[in-house]
Amino acid sequence: MLKLLDGPQTLGRGKIFWSCFLAVLAGALIYPLFADSYDVGNFAYFLIWIFMALGLCLMWGYGGMLSFGQTFFFGIAGYGYGVLAIDMGGGTATIAALVLSVVIAMIAAGILGYFMIWGGISGIFFGIVTLSATLVLAFFLGQTAGPEWHIGPARLNGFNGMKGMDPLTVGSFDIEGSALYYLMIALIVIVYIALRMLVNSSVGNVIVATRENPQRAEMLGYDVRKYQLLTFVIGSGLAGLSGALYTSWGQFITPSSIGLPAAAMPIVWVAFSGRNDLTATLVGSFLLLFGFQTITVYSQQAALVLMGVLLLATVMLAPQGFVLGIGKLVVDWWTRRRRRDEGPALADTGRLQSDET
Amino acid sequence: MALVEVKGVSKRFGGLTAVSEVDLTVNAGEVHCLIGPNGAGKSTLFKLIVGLYPPTAGSILFDSIDITAERPFARVQRGMSIKMQAPSVFKELPVRQNIQIALQERLSGAECAAEEERLLSLLNLAEDSGKLAGALSHGQQQWLEIGMALALQPQLLLLDEPTAGMSPEETYKTGELIKSFNAEGMTVLVVEHDMAFVRQVAQRVTVLHLGKIFARGSLDAILEDEKVAEIYLGKTHAH
Repeated sequence: MLKLLDGPQTLGRGKIFWSCFLAVLAGALIYPLFADSYDVGNFAYFLIWIFMALGLCLMWGYGGMLSFGQTFFFGIAGYGYGVLAIDMGGGTATIAALVLSVVIAMIAAGILGYFMIWGGISGIFFGIVTLSATLVLAFFLGQTAGPEWHIGPARLNGFNGMKGMDPLTVGSFDIEGSALYYLMIALIVIVYIALRMLVNSSVGNVIVATRENPQRAEMLGYDVRKYQLLTFVIGSGLAGLSGALYTSWGQFITPSSIGLPAAAMPIVWVAFSGRNDLTATLVGSFLLLFGFQTITVYSQQAALVLMGVLLLATVMLAPQGFVLGIGKLVVDWWTRRRRRDEGPALADTGRLQSDET
Repeated sequence: MALVEVKGVSKRFGGLTAVSEVDLTVNAGEVHCLIGPNGAGKSTLFKLIVGLYPPTAGSILFDSIDITAERPFARVQRGMSIKMQAPSVFKELPVRQNIQIALQERLSGAECAAEEERLLSLLNLAEDSGKLAGALSHGQQQWLEIGMALALQPQLLLLDEPTAGMSPEETYKTGELIKSFNAEGMTVLVVEHDMAFVRQVAQRVTVLHLGKIFARGSLDAILEDEKVAEIYLGKTHAH
């Protein structure tokens, strides 16, 4: 099983890469000991969005399906968490609300994905349909201000958004601040490792094959529709996890977190980072979120313009993504240097798949 | 015993009838070549058999089971394996991974690795196994795709112009490869233009013309048929 961590579908392998990974993880674990609680809370907020980015990376970069629907599933799970947390009475039931809301998002992805994939929708039309679904949901939730729009005691509240749900709670302990931060770190490590193992497995081979040449994959006996649906459900479920965690973190959610500007953000993060690699997406998305938040303090408009500029720059200058490109350059340079120093006996520690091209 | 039975199959694209009421039988264990001039409907018939096109009329049986409504992957799972006309490989993936993807449903672990090596050396691709498939020459991509088709160990190997873009030497070697697999019991249906290649491998030949079966039989009988020579083989004889 562990050998699936290092495979042809993921950047970075060998002792050097995993040593760096552990060093970064150790740094992340001790960070709350040195930082004030406001910064720790902010970091937890950045980390919430990473799941959505990793999900899009899986769908778009590995599966070849550009989904504009990440905030659709974010919204379903976010509102789902709110409704369930309120209706189930809060407290420890919020854990069940979190799990159920992600399951609901995955079921929604299964239904939408089934009709799209079995209906033969692919390429740019996949993006158009998922974007349409996203805009419809945002519009629908925006007109639910009236008192008739409630599910049990949970009111949807239109553009003002839902509020009043409990944060994640175990017994009488609210998972907030440092506790939420550590929960984020644990979830990110689990999701990252699980996705690495998935894409380097035989299932991952077929997912990538489907992206490359779906007809050829079918001619090898694979029902590519099932693999596409699986990819879509997992990727959308991760967006749902972000949504449920977001609502739990802020104890509110509004339709604006689903609409067009929000829906475009994951595309920018993943395109800038490098959609073909999970590690690049993880690192790049975090950096962008951090930068975006920092600039937003001074001007939200400037931050949005910067996101647009970054997307254009990525398309024009580094179509495979800036972080992935820089990562490859660094590793290529390192590999060449070691080869020069150690001669032909050099082991392939830390090699990238791009070395073989 | 018939492995593939095409019964009264027609395919129309709007007002154009590409294939008209074709009956074709491919017997188990034979190398059957489908030939005909350009526009005869060979590739359309091939795509009907592999399931890329649904027929307008008629039915297709594989091993006596009606597969007319089945998608290509289901036909492959029944024992067909397909090589398309244009090289259809995973161009952005390494050669070895292309073979792995073809093998992984049937084999795993050390068995899979050993079969990978065997196929790569059989196809003269061992030295290029780390290259991206898209970086191979056209002929090498053809071989890689044949290797992927062979990796499934099919009952029926379907090849649409397998030697297009190959040198005479590569073409001859491909023919010998097909004959060796046929000797082990594999049935092969080949759509081909290259008459030298057809002479090398064919045990039975069907000639298509204007979407209909024009002639069928042994290659010698086909070559002696003046009408066939008139529509298709005249130039070949002239050579």
